[in-house]
Parts: sequence; structure tokens; C-alpha cells
Amino acid sequence: MSEKKESLFSKKNRKLLKDPLNDNNPVTTQVLGICSALAITVQLKPAIVMALSVLVVLSVANVVVSLMRNLIPSRIRIIVQLVVIATLVILVDQVLKAFVYDVSKELSVFVGLIITNCIIMGRLEAFALGNKPWKSFLDGLGNAFGYGWILIAVAFFRELLGAGTLFGYPVLEKLGLYEMGYENNGMMILPPMALITVGIIIWIQRMKNRDLIES
Amino acid sequence: MQELVNIFIKSIFIDNMIFAYFLGMCSYLAVSKTVKTSVGMGFAVIFVLGITIPINYLLEKYVLKQGALTWLGDSFADVDLSFLSFIMFIAVIASMVQLVEMIVEKISPALYGSLGIFLPLIAVNCAILGGSLFMQERAYNSIVEATVFGLGSGIGWFLAIVAIAAIREKIRYSHVPGPLRGLGITFIITGLMGIAFMSFMGIKL
Repeated sequence: MSEKKESLFSKKNRKLLKDPLNDNNPVTTQVLGICSALAITVQLKPAIVMALSVLVVLSVANVVVSLMRNLIPSRIRIIVQLVVIATLVILVDQVLKAFVYDVSKELSVFVGLIITNCIIMGRLEAFALGNKPWKSFLDGLGNAFGYGWILIAVAFFRELLGAGTLFGYPVLEKLGLYEMGYENNGMMILPPMALITVGIIIWIQRMKNRDLIES
Repeated sequence: MQELVNIFIKSIFIDNMIFAYFLGMCSYLAVSKTVKTSVGMGFAVIFVLGITIPINYLLEKYVLKQGALTWLGDSFADVDLSFLSFIMFIAVIASMVQLVEMIVEKISPALYGSLGIFLPLIAVNCAILGGSLFMQERAYNSIVEATVFGLGSGIGWFLAIVAIAAIREKIRYSHVPGPLRGLGITFIITGLMGIAFMSFMGIKL
């Protein structure tokens, strides 16, 4: 083997971590994992809990599948992947129920829906099945962060404009905006505005990087 | 009877899978480029939801719920297996999809030709698992109610994907700003359609 041994954070590995944050973002470019990205972004707290849950499930599932990649027969790989993911999601769900019960109630079915979150299946299929564990781990982290920041950005705007709070803290009231005649936009809390907010994020992102524009 | 009609209408319009819960968005965005393929996908979703939700209902009622295993004997009365529901539901869905695919291929090759390619996609469609999880959360009283809920949600999903596909076919001739083309404009149109669907909110039957 003449291949040089790569250091843990070589340029290529850092690229794996950094690319999904912007140019190859799972939500806005790869169009994966939209369902949960939109449904739980009314407030910041559940959005952050969701982002962390996905982070754990995605990075661990990537490592596990990558370790097993030479053992899994390709015909039943989807079932194997689903079992790995479902087991991890059950663990996450139990942890959430034990430590942050109120948030877990708020997320309701969407914790379970991490199983069918296409980001996880997509990354397992596209990356973990063909790469070594460390690289898969980085890829999982990168994609989960890319997913997380979109989630948090959408939740930030929806909570701030819709309810005038951040993490439940009444920011706008303290700033004295209400006395000047400002009113909350109740529309932002309703589901359709999540779609429009993501649409606007995509718009801004593609204006900055013209290569992503679809013909 | 009235209760059933109520559940049916509610699951199509008010609790629409796409516009109220964003379930099945991934395939909704990926397959909605032409009306023809989206009709195929929509029918496949109605079909699979209509089959998997009653099965998962029975599973929930006789195996998973707390005290569901009493039919095995009194010593099982307080066994609670509900933490296993995710893995059981997804296993049922994956195997049902496989089974349905094989049966359809055998019985009706014509139907397979139009539905076939969509069936594998459906195992990982969040609308299917989401339907089962909502069924569990809302605790329907009978299997008929659960089936009606499944069919209604499927029809709601079907309506949404066919509508967006028709709009996307027409919008190709309009002048959309470059960065919004494709994905961006689809998101915004879906949002606007969602606002329209919200006018059904608060209807009591």
C-alpha cells in the first residue's frame, strides 16, 4: 500500500464536515429531511432538541453501518439500515422522555419520524456504505449540523416574529417595541409560514451561490 | 356513521398530511414534476396507508399497548411494550410494501407497471409511518375508524401532490427569478396552498 496515511483532520476530512453546512446542505440542496424540519420549528427549544437528536442518530448510525458495510448483503440492506436507525431512535426517545418530558410531548410523533427522515437513510446509502467509520462519522456530523442550523434559523425567525420571544423569554417586550405600536405576526406560527421561510432561505442561498440555480 | 364521515373529511382537509403536518415532503418534492407520475405515487400512498394502518392498529391493540396482552393470560396484564412500537410499525410497513409489490406484480402487471416503481419509495415515506403514529396517538375506537382515517389521509396526500404537480407543469412557462427556480418556488407555492387549506380549519361536522 503506497497510500499515505491520512491525518484525522486532513483537508479532505475537513471538507466532509464543512460542505454540508452550506453548498451541499441536506435541506436546501439535497432536499432531504424536510418533513421534520418544518413541523417542529415553531419555537427554538424543540428545534434544538430535534437537531441534537438527529445529530446523535445520524452520526452513530453512520458509524455502525460503516462498520458493518462489508457484512450486509446488498439485497436486504434497507431492512438492516432501518433496524439500526429504529433502535437508535428508540434509545433517543426513551432518553428524551426521561429527561425532558415536556419537550418530548411537544415533539410527539416527530421523534419517531426520525426513522423515516430521509437525511439518515440518504447518508447511509450514499456515504456510510462505501466509506470508513471515521469518515462516515464526520459526514454524519457535518450533515446533522447542516440540518440543525436550518432548523434553528427557521425556528428563530418564527418564534421571534410570531410570538415575540426567544426560548420563551419576551425579547421584544423588554425592548419596548409594543409600546411603539408593534404587534406580533400570528401568521408566522401557522404551518404554511415554515415553508415560505425555508423558501426564502433557499432564495438567499442561491443568490449567493449562483452555481446551485436550477435551469 | 356520522363519526366516520367526520374522521374522513377531517383527515382529508383539516389535518392534511402535507399542509398541516408536512409528512411525506421528500417524495412530494421529488416526484411532483409531472402530473402523470404524481398520480401514480398518490394512488400508491392511498393503497399502502389503507393497508398498513389497520394492521398496525391490530398490532397496537393486541400486542403493544399496556395490558394488551391479557388475551394470553392474566400474568401478562401489566406488560407494556409500547416502547417497541417504532420498530414494529416500520417492520410492518417495510414488509407490507414488499408483499404488496409482489402480489400486484403477480395479479395485475398493468397496475404494477404504473405503481411498481413507486412502491419501494414508499417504505421510507414519512407519511406512512406518520399515519400509524398518529393513529396510535389519537387512539381510535375501532378498526373501521382507523381504516377510514388511513384512506382519508392518503386521499389528502393524493390531492396535494396532484395539485402541486399541475402547478409546476404550468409554472415552467412563467418567468421565475433565477435563484427561486425549482425548489424555492415550490416551497413558496406549497406554503400559499397551505394557507388556502387553512380555511377548512374550525369546520365542525
